[in-house]
Amino acid sequence: MKDAFGLPQSLLVLGGTSEIALATARRLIIRRTRTVWLAGRPSLALEQAAEGLRDLGADVHTVAFDALDPDSHEAVLGKVFAEGDIDMVLLAFGILGDQARDEREPLSAVRVAQTNYTGAVSAGLVSARALQTQGHGSLVVLSSVAGERARRSNFIYGSSKAGLDTFAQGLGDALYGTGVHVMVVRPGFVRTRMTSALPEAPLATTPEAVATAVELGLRRRSETVWVPGALRVVMTALRHVPRAVFRRLPI
Amino acid sequence: MSAETVSVTGWGRTAPSAARLVRPRSYAEARAAVRECGVRGAIPRGLGRAYGDAAQNAGGTVFDMTGLDRIRTIDADAGTVRCDAGVSLHRLMEVLLPLGWFVPVTPGTRQVTVGGAIGADIHGKNHHVSGSFSRHVTSLDLLTADGSVRTVTPGTPLFDATAGGMGLTGVILAATLRLLPVEASLMSVDTERAGDLDDLMARLTATDHRYRYSVAWIDLLARGAATGRAVLTRGDHAPLDALPARARRNPLTFRPSRLPAAPSLLPEGLLNRRTVGLFNEFWYRKAPRARAGELQTISAFFHPLDGVPHWNRIYGRGGFVQYQFAVRHGQEDALRRIVHRVSERRCPSFLAVLKRFGEADPGWLSFPLPGWTLALDIPAGLPGLGTFLDELDEEVAAADGRVYLAKDSRLRPDLLAAMYPRLADFRALRAELDPRGVFVSDLARRLNLQELS
Repeated sequence: MKDAFGLPQSLLVLGGTSEIALATARRLIIRRTRTVWLAGRPSLALEQAAEGLRDLGADVHTVAFDALDPDSHEAVLGKVFAEGDIDMVLLAFGILGDQARDEREPLSAVRVAQTNYTGAVSAGLVSARALQTQGHGSLVVLSSVAGERARRSNFIYGSSKAGLDTFAQGLGDALYGTGVHVMVVRPGFVRTRMTSALPEAPLATTPEAVATAVELGLRRRSETVWVPGALRVVMTALRHVPRAVFRRLPI
Repeated sequence: MSAETVSVTGWGRTAPSAARLVRPRSYAEARAAVRECGVRGAIPRGLGRAYGDAAQNAGGTVFDMTGLDRIRTIDADAGTVRCDAGVSLHRLMEVLLPLGWFVPVTPGTRQVTVGGAIGADIHGKNHHVSGSFSRHVTSLDLLTADGSVRTVTPGTPLFDATAGGMGLTGVILAATLRLLPVEASLMSVDTERAGDLDDLMARLTATDHRYRYSVAWIDLLARGAATGRAVLTRGDHAPLDALPARARRNPLTFRPSRLPAAPSLLPEGLLNRRTVGLFNEFWYRKAPRARAGELQTISAFFHPLDGVPHWNRIYGRGGFVQYQFAVRHGQEDALRRIVHRVSERRCPSFLAVLKRFGEADPGWLSFPLPGWTLALDIPAGLPGLGTFLDELDEEVAAADGRVYLAKDSRLRPDLLAAMYPRLADFRALRAELDPRGVFVSDLARRLNLQELS
């Protein structure tokens, strides 16, 4: 069960090698979390991530999960929930793709969309139903500021996150009053492996800062969390910039 | 019986969870409700005054026991009452005071049910004299997981597991209580101020035995030499001859007044260091240095907060945490350290109460132990509060003390066994009585109260 501060005792991470997710898991383990499920494609990295969390004292399991195989989600996640209540599901998988290549090769663009959006729709709905059955829990969805408004430089990734973001907001409203809390997290540029090849954007942040914001959001039962918080204001302004101007902005 | 799915929280309004709310109105309906409660079990709930998650059951069933609300028999000569578990102490006072009887133990609110009072084994300002609530229960009807109704009497393991058992042994359906005779519905109260914590503890130690009721409000925002300054209010039921002539004509009237309820949407941060600091300063200054024999109403003396319905809303949407712990005599240093830490940290707490407990009570998970108890309210949104309270828990556990389950919403589960040495007995009895785990709550899940290991 979560405590008065929204801190979970058990955590399921979908996308168990995500740096943001692991930073969040580390933070939560230090506070209260005892049981962690890392779901992801079986790999050395996944096992190493589990080992790292075990060193902090948590009871960590790994489970084979593929976002691109929605047919398996029901069975895979069903097994995890059958082992006991999950207080928090962190939906953290996602790929950035390569905008230039994806524009040339539609199939690789589709893969971005399937991972980030349809894979998340499936895993999100399966998780939401399980949480609703247990009558409590938080579903934390890692969206992105890129989904807020399409940008020339990454609209394929951005559109997948826009879909995910809208889906998660609607899911949160659908689950209102069921004891399940859905929180959409919109980080800006986060310095991770995924973004290491990209030039750093303004207001860049770290996985640890996202983890801190998630912990705060859990306590406040927030529905939307921006990281850093200043992005909320920045994006409110950018949302209203005319297309002709926005297109020319160096972002 | 109607059943609807609702979001449920405790009085502190943190950590909501959804449950099917069922309101049985008879023994037969209660039995049916237990039979039909489903795989995620059930927990009885009274008036929802437990601060944390004791009367929540995520994904399962919550029994709203206020439907069982009959006072069955009153023996006005012997001073006993037999009533349903959903009867509130408020209702009992309305009915019993005109007959010259008072409830044996009342907490800081009348809005608790008899079942809840036994389940949490509540205490009042008279604990040092009278012990906890369940000491005055001569028998109770308990609906257990197998669907049977058992009559449980003091001195049996089932009674000791049920008193303070947080509803996890079964549903209390009715109870018989021993009452306290009173001549008037007014209280005779002595008030005095204590300049610091040592002064306060010395006064309580020296003269508590002279009073049936004793409690101290403590200013936890005062620092330096004034750390732990307090207002002591102690007293007893006024004898008839202490009443002025007018009041003597109708000495047993009980008509508590109520202000309008707190609005449902109040901003967060209303209670901060500045506002609470001002309030505490005012409250301390307002109290007389020493005043004896003042006549107060029962509600003013025992239940001042009942005057504002939904007062818990003043903490805003984020809710609040109540931290109540007890340490034994001889562990006063731990108490001093905690008081100093709380006031150093400037926790904005305006409801901080210190009391000396009497002998421990027989309930296995009953909270009181011979020593001191401090209770304080803190807004849940205070930065770093979770970690800070974890540190206080360590102090409390190291001093052989405990925190109160009826108030808890955040204890680390691994400290529980150290705080409650009879926990293993409780778990064993529960495993035998309720092998399928029909009775379960969010509190039980969070603290592993049902596990055998």
